[in-house]
Amino acid sequence: MTLKGKAYIAGAYEHPTRHAPDKSTALLHAESALGALADAGLSLSDVDGYFCAADAPGANPLWMADYLNLRLRWLDGTDAGGCSYLTHVAHATAAIAAGHCDVALVTLAGRPRSEGVSIGVNPRAAAPDRPDEPWETAFRPNIAGVYGLFARRHMLQYGTTAEQMAWVKVSASRHAQHNANAFLPKVVTVEDVLNSPVIADGIHRLDCCVITDGGGALVLVKPEIARSLSRPLVRVIGTGETVWTQDGGYGDITRTGAEVSGPAAFAEAGVTPADIQYASIYDNFTIMVLMQLEGLGFCAPGAAGRFAAEGNLIAGSGRLPWNTDGGGLCNNHPANRGGMTKVIEAVRQLRGEAHPAVQVPGCGLALACGPGRVLGSGHGHATVILERE
Amino acid sequence: MTDTPTAADAIAAQAASHPEIRPFWQAAAEGRFVLAFCTACGKPHWYPRAICPLCGHGGIEWRPASGRGTIYSVSVLRRANPPYALAYVTLEEGPTMMTNIVDCDLDELAIGQPVKVALRRQSTGLTVPMFTPQ
Repeated sequence: MTLKGKAYIAGAYEHPTRHAPDKSTALLHAESALGALADAGLSLSDVDGYFCAADAPGANPLWMADYLNLRLRWLDGTDAGGCSYLTHVAHATAAIAAGHCDVALVTLAGRPRSEGVSIGVNPRAAAPDRPDEPWETAFRPNIAGVYGLFARRHMLQYGTTAEQMAWVKVSASRHAQHNANAFLPKVVTVEDVLNSPVIADGIHRLDCCVITDGGGALVLVKPEIARSLSRPLVRVIGTGETVWTQDGGYGDITRTGAEVSGPAAFAEAGVTPADIQYASIYDNFTIMVLMQLEGLGFCAPGAAGRFAAEGNLIAGSGRLPWNTDGGGLCNNHPANRGGMTKVIEAVRQLRGEAHPAVQVPGCGLALACGPGRVLGSGHGHATVILERE
Repeated sequence: MTDTPTAADAIAAQAASHPEIRPFWQAAAEGRFVLAFCTACGKPHWYPRAICPLCGHGGIEWRPASGRGTIYSVSVLRRANPPYALAYVTLEEGPTMMTNIVDCDLDELAIGQPVKVALRRQSTGLTVPMFTPQ
């Protein structure tokens, strides 16, 4: 069964805060949920399906369902790291298509900035029962260092340069200047990126995304409900997800699960990369954008650096307007998980509600995608394709 | 590398005590670097586990490895105090593993460089397979 057109995104909301020292994680989830429901013209009592990931208090849908006093027929706590919310769009669409629920709520929130999580500098311990734990944590792999490994290998294998990576940040900053909520609204140049401190070889400070508190939420509904609401009709027409494993030590760290999730989503939607008018591509690090552009088929392997350096990601002049909210690099990366904001900006574009300076004229077809967890040690990847009806 | 144990080091050491993988860490403590070879497909994999991730067979054998490999990628963590090198090393036997490169000039490290294993006892008691230029 295809899921094409079986569910619509009726509500999308990005919490405006970037620093929330006085709010609990549960409250941020709840405020995001209420924002998305208000956007759709629905209320908590309409929700009968709930989806969240490990950022939710208790890492399980039960606790937020109780906090919000939801009356549910379906719940899903799938966690695939930062791409979980893209995965939830697919799972909610499937649940709605199967009749398990009519109104699906997806939430994300977190407060790493308030909690002082120095994610880019210190290694994060997992848990002693995680099978990969002693084989990685023993070597103190902080996240910037790991992405440094990917960047340096990509540079060696394809001739990708630091300047080309910097163009990804430059593009994001050109968009962020128009976003009043962006954490880093200042336009930067390639020189600014290259002159910023090296965090780990291959990664400058400005190659990294921001660390922000905040949240976001989506409301997906069945077609009949979507048509009864007074919102533009944005429907899910393609989804793909995967887990790209570490492959017993025989993997290639220049490649990502976008090679699986992208083609699956394109096939279901019946479109090609050339048809996409706007793309939200998870940008935890600049190199990750280049690797996904290649995995999705927007560029040949090794060609994404040149594509970015030619200005193709910049709205208004480039061939593939991308992350027009400023993305994780400049706008927001709530809970250290960027999948949610990727869907939200794609919905804004399809509704014509993006900032006029970055709005793609007549945007009818958009893609959102991202990885979860960490490349090299096994990562999830999900892609969704959305269409304005 | 600093010798001050972190919470992450402690959890890694605790995880390494699991019976499934204890032979690896026991060998490392005795100065031997071993790999898990599948008794069916014959290939070594990384990270070691009791079921071969390449063919699904449920039997492995711990065999001595050469300890030789080449740097597949390397990144020096410049903000750490002191800075250290995080790397992927492709072992002569085939698989690629995450590790650290030690006893080296951090600015001279390069992808493709030959390295050999350097077992290092940490303050948690865990002996960890790091590598050094050949």
